[in-house]
Amino acid sequence: MSDARKLSIEVRGTQVRYGDHVALANVDLDVYAGELLCLLGPSGCGKTTLLNAIAGFVEPSAGSIRVNGKEVDGPAPERGVVFQEYALFPWFTVERNIQYGPRLRGVHGAELKAISDQYCALVGLAGAAQRYPNQLSGGMRQRVAIARALANRPQILLMDEPFGALDAMTRQTLQDELLKIWELERLTFVFVTHSIAEAVFLADRIVVMTPHPGRINEIIINTAARPRNRTSEEHFAMYRRIDTLFQQTTSPAVTEAREAAS
Amino acid sequence: MTRLRRRRQSVESFGQASLPRGRRTLLALVAVVGVLLVWSLLSGLGLVNTVLLPSPMDVLRAAVGAIRDGSLLRNAAASLWRVLEGFAIALAIAVPLGVLMGLSSTLRGLVEPLIELLRPVPPIAFIPLAILWFGIGELSKVMIIAYGAFFPIFVNTMAGFRDVDRVHIRAAQSLGARRYHIFRDVVLPSAFPQMVTGARLGMGLAFIVLVAAELVASSEGLGYLINDARFSFRTDQIFVGIITIGLLGLALNKALIEAEHRLLRWKFL
Repeated sequence: MSDARKLSIEVRGTQVRYGDHVALANVDLDVYAGELLCLLGPSGCGKTTLLNAIAGFVEPSAGSIRVNGKEVDGPAPERGVVFQEYALFPWFTVERNIQYGPRLRGVHGAELKAISDQYCALVGLAGAAQRYPNQLSGGMRQRVAIARALANRPQILLMDEPFGALDAMTRQTLQDELLKIWELERLTFVFVTHSIAEAVFLADRIVVMTPHPGRINEIIINTAARPRNRTSEEHFAMYRRIDTLFQQTTSPAVTEAREAAS
Repeated sequence: MTRLRRRRQSVESFGQASLPRGRRTLLALVAVVGVLLVWSLLSGLGLVNTVLLPSPMDVLRAAVGAIRDGSLLRNAAASLWRVLEGFAIALAIAVPLGVLMGLSSTLRGLVEPLIELLRPVPPIAFIPLAILWFGIGELSKVMIIAYGAFFPIFVNTMAGFRDVDRVHIRAAQSLGARRYHIFRDVVLPSAFPQMVTGARLGMGLAFIVLVAAELVASSEGLGYLINDARFSFRTDQIFVGIITIGLLGLALNKALIEAEHRLLRWKFL
């Protein structure tokens, strides 16, 4: 079904090495325009490395990555990034943070103000525009970071465990809000997480990754209908399926066999 | 028993002792009055030789005298001016050098060993050399103060520019920032707080070096005032000089902290 859709990101035979260490081994992946894709796996599975390669922060040692048909050559505003550690500029107010991308493009005056107002409102922070990041809670900071990335009108939003540092309640709220934003903005979302529940709740497709070396194990199409319910049977079934997959790939027998083989 | 328990409590609150403002002022007042009281008793009861330790009242009288005849103001101004000159020179050299070395790891590798070698040498050790090189006059003193203030400013500037958070640079890049924008909007503002800290430490050192330099050779300044009073056995004047140095240093430090808070409002919220 998805093959007819427009390709947003094409990852072809991509490998990333850090010295002798292979962080990502020979990965192929298609990401379609407008889909919400989750990269799921334990630490060391290369999910963040893959995201950083798509963002243009790390250069693949082999293979290629194309975005909208164009080879990735460093970071670019078409690919917005949201970081786990928020990465807000603490010396700028919330408003200045959100305005940063548009301002670099030469937007100014009332237009600039309109953009920051719009995205402040989108993430529910209209009252906090003049505050500094240090004055905000973790959840609020990540909202600002999402607004900052979106205000620059990217085609793709790359998110590296954006809710990993938040408490469970805030995490759920932000997941709900993120889905609303995604439905509103209709961008391609690539979302890195190590939480099966998060991937099942958010994703159209879940890329299950495994470590030693980091690679794609399986790509699962999430059939659960939207709007989703965290406590539905459908949700649990999907959760079980992925959980079983991880149990198999990380069971002692499998690990032993792999070690014996290498 | 109760004393033991009290001590334990104070150990538990170690490091997080943030007193309310009013209480802090009160305690400061108690401390100052307490010291003055003990001092008065010591000299008043004849427990010490008042030639060596004059009473607070004697010191106050000497201070009034020194203010009246203008010598205190003249010497304080001379010292302050030297500090500012030396500090300005240090700033002008240390900041650009620190920026360059913070940004270039090659340059850092080249210069850092030399810095590590020079850093443990107290600036005061260079006073004789400074006198030989720059003469007994104003220049040698200003230069030695500049040298003293140089290291804290330089080292902190370098560290500030070296330790810019990579994630901030990446965030800026993915928002479309070019090298120039990254320097202006990320590197500079994130290095700035540590530069300011360096400047504050540098000012403190400049002050220490100043007095030492003035003690060795000078015809005016607070160090001179102290040393000159020694020859005439005017310990009261020595105390006036010492207290003036303390107050001046305190005022400068307060002013710099205030400037720091204003310049870096985002950091102290």
